[in-house]
Amino acid sequence: MIKPINDNEIKIIIAGFGGQGVVLAGNVIAKAAMLEDKNVTLMVSYGAEMRGGTANSTVVISHTEVASPYVEIPDIAVILNRPSLDRFEPVMATGGILVLNTSLVNRSVKRSDLKAAAIEATDIARQLGAIRSANMVALGALAEATGLLKPDSLIQTVRDMFEEKKPQFVEINIRALRAGMEAVHV
Amino acid sequence: MNSTTEKLFIKGNEVMCEAAVRAGCGFFAGYPITPQNEVPEYMSWRLPEAGGVFLQAESEIAAINMLFGAAATGTRCMTSSSSPGISLKQEGISYIAGAELPCVIANIQRGGPGLGNIRGAQGDYFQATKGGGHGDYRLIVLAPATCQELWQLTMNAFDYADYYRNPVLILGDGILGQMTEPVKPIPYKPIVELPEKDWILNGCKGRKPRVIRTLFLHPSDALTQHNQHLQEKYQKIHQELKLVEQVNTEDAKLVVTAYGSTARIAKGAIQMARRKGMKVGLIRPIALWPFPDQAYLSALGTAKKILVCEMSQGQMIEDVRLACQCKCPVEFFGYGGGWYPTPEKIFDRIQAVYEE
Amino acid sequence: MKFARPETLYDTPTHYCSGCGHGVAHRLVAQAIDDLGIRERVIGTAPVGCAVLMYDYFNCDIIECSHGRSPAAATGIKRCLPDRIVFTYQGDGDLAAIGTAETIHTANRGENITVIFINNAIYGMTGGQMAPTTMLGQTSTTTPDGRDVKLQGPPIKVCELLSSLDGVTYLERVAVSTPRDVIRAGQAIKKAFQYQIDGKGFSLVEVLSMCPTDWKLTPAKAVDFVNNEMKSVFPPGVYKDAG
Repeated sequence: MIKPINDNEIKIIIAGFGGQGVVLAGNVIAKAAMLEDKNVTLMVSYGAEMRGGTANSTVVISHTEVASPYVEIPDIAVILNRPSLDRFEPVMATGGILVLNTSLVNRSVKRSDLKAAAIEATDIARQLGAIRSANMVALGALAEATGLLKPDSLIQTVRDMFEEKKPQFVEINIRALRAGMEAVHV
Repeated sequence: MNSTTEKLFIKGNEVMCEAAVRAGCGFFAGYPITPQNEVPEYMSWRLPEAGGVFLQAESEIAAINMLFGAAATGTRCMTSSSSPGISLKQEGISYIAGAELPCVIANIQRGGPGLGNIRGAQGDYFQATKGGGHGDYRLIVLAPATCQELWQLTMNAFDYADYYRNPVLILGDGILGQMTEPVKPIPYKPIVELPEKDWILNGCKGRKPRVIRTLFLHPSDALTQHNQHLQEKYQKIHQELKLVEQVNTEDAKLVVTAYGSTARIAKGAIQMARRKGMKVGLIRPIALWPFPDQAYLSALGTAKKILVCEMSQGQMIEDVRLACQCKCPVEFFGYGGGWYPTPEKIFDRIQAVYEE
Repeated sequence: MKFARPETLYDTPTHYCSGCGHGVAHRLVAQAIDDLGIRERVIGTAPVGCAVLMYDYFNCDIIECSHGRSPAAATGIKRCLPDRIVFTYQGDGDLAAIGTAETIHTANRGENITVIFINNAIYGMTGGQMAPTTMLGQTSTTTPDGRDVKLQGPPIKVCELLSSLDGVTYLERVAVSTPRDVIRAGQAIKKAFQYQIDGKGFSLVEVLSMCPTDWKLTPAKAVDFVNNEMKSVFPPGVYKDAG
């Protein structure tokens, strides 16, 4: 397991292209943190940024009141595609952690101080028959690789979020989370 | 259910809507503009569900004038926009203030001037606190720093508006509007005893007809009297509303002061400074008008310097200087146009100013 | 019919100039309100313009609005109190220049209100400047050589313009320049209020009206001006009746 350096306040960014579910992924992380009684904020990129290029959501998890929901220097980045790696690798905190969707990231990490966890999220999701669950595969990998959140919190959150309005997505998303937890390479 | 699951996890813009609905808001008119689009979107379904009226107006101008009408009926009402849209509303706000109609207006500020950008900013402080439209009038201006506070202040805003018969402006910014965090949905309870609305227009059945107007043409001194009456009300508000948070100011050699999202971020910086043994405190005006002057004067017992942080090129700093009555140097840290502070950046400036 | 002051008007002299059409229009509105027995349910809006002081004359609730925004304010009132009767009373500058957007969108939403539109082809209160309805060749203090189609465009014909909107229920143009016109105008105004009572939606009655002072004509010549000039540019008639 790779532990974040600063475990008092952890700044996480989830980045990908539109449609990869970065907003949903941000929500799941934030709500799981809420379940664990942590202070948490979520901010999603909006406006012009939404259309084309990378979309991202940022989550800050803290033992005390979150100072700023806006993240300039992430401690952890969940990188769902190559442009997101290009954009966020340079701004990561020293010693930060990258969770890379190696299905869509075709280069290795340049900075030697960063630690990386690799997960073929899109391929795994495709094998599960639900390519849009790649975000959940990546979150499973994040939880397993960093210990940031308990697997049960993530699973419970997915259940809470989908049960009422889209119950057909509960099981597939949970399977995706579990697949990510199992398949991650640190 | 435990306390955690009772909490809501919704966006700032939606926090404001939900709190407004629970405080009995019965009418909303607005126009889409980023970064407050979630407000009309949420209100479009939530308000009718609660028995209220939602209208997407043809313009910001129409929206504020719809409020002028709705408020005249005694209905709790609200509009929201972001900086350029608030500029458009100013004529209507002047009429509402002149006619002493209660309503709540939210400005989820973005970068300016002009079309600016869609990031959060605090460049509308002057507009919010010094009038904005034409004529001698004031808005009560509330500046929430967190989603939880936004919940509470939105509810309070309706009470202040009704109690003082005055428009209340919630001055947020793109960070507050767009961030999501857990909020405890504290039920609405009036914070003041609300006066009977014996001035509303609802048809003159059983009473003399009423007129709501802002024109005072004759006799020639009627407008002076009306203005005097408004000023007396503003004096009363100034004496009664002292909304300010002070953190670690008792022994502070340096007092940082900021409002809204910047204040929240500054709090993080102050904690960093305290961990390094620096005597730094925070004054956070919760109401920007009336401005909490007294908090600054009393902090000057120990404070040798004040550092003002804003997401602008410096606007509130003028009120801080007035409040300090030139008794200590007032420094500034901030930029306009969508620049965001971080605790680290503010801490760096604290360190520089502290050691000077 | 007894000829007495309607209850909806106060017993007070108005500030209107001799020969002005506002007095007649006020009376017709008040008479309609009386006849329909709705005075205690009515909320009127005063415009910016010569009729701004109508709150001194109408014996009912009145809100004085900013220039051109009466339809928006009326929308707010009507949506909050759907069982009250809401009317706006607006001049040509108010309704067809600065408030054009509010006029069109309020009409198109089919707001269940009644609009009384006084068209005298001039800005009265500010002293005779060009209105959106000033006719080609007509002089004003801002068109000293007469309105020129190349410089100011032609006058806006409000009933014709609004008749293309599906949301509108009733549009009629009347005048107050002959006894026959006055009777017709009274009927139209009453119908517009009746439609609101019946929940039928947006009604607008355009009233061609005299402004002798700013036209620089005697009251008698001003009547001729409406009959001979205005009616040919703004033909009276029903432009829409979907009631």
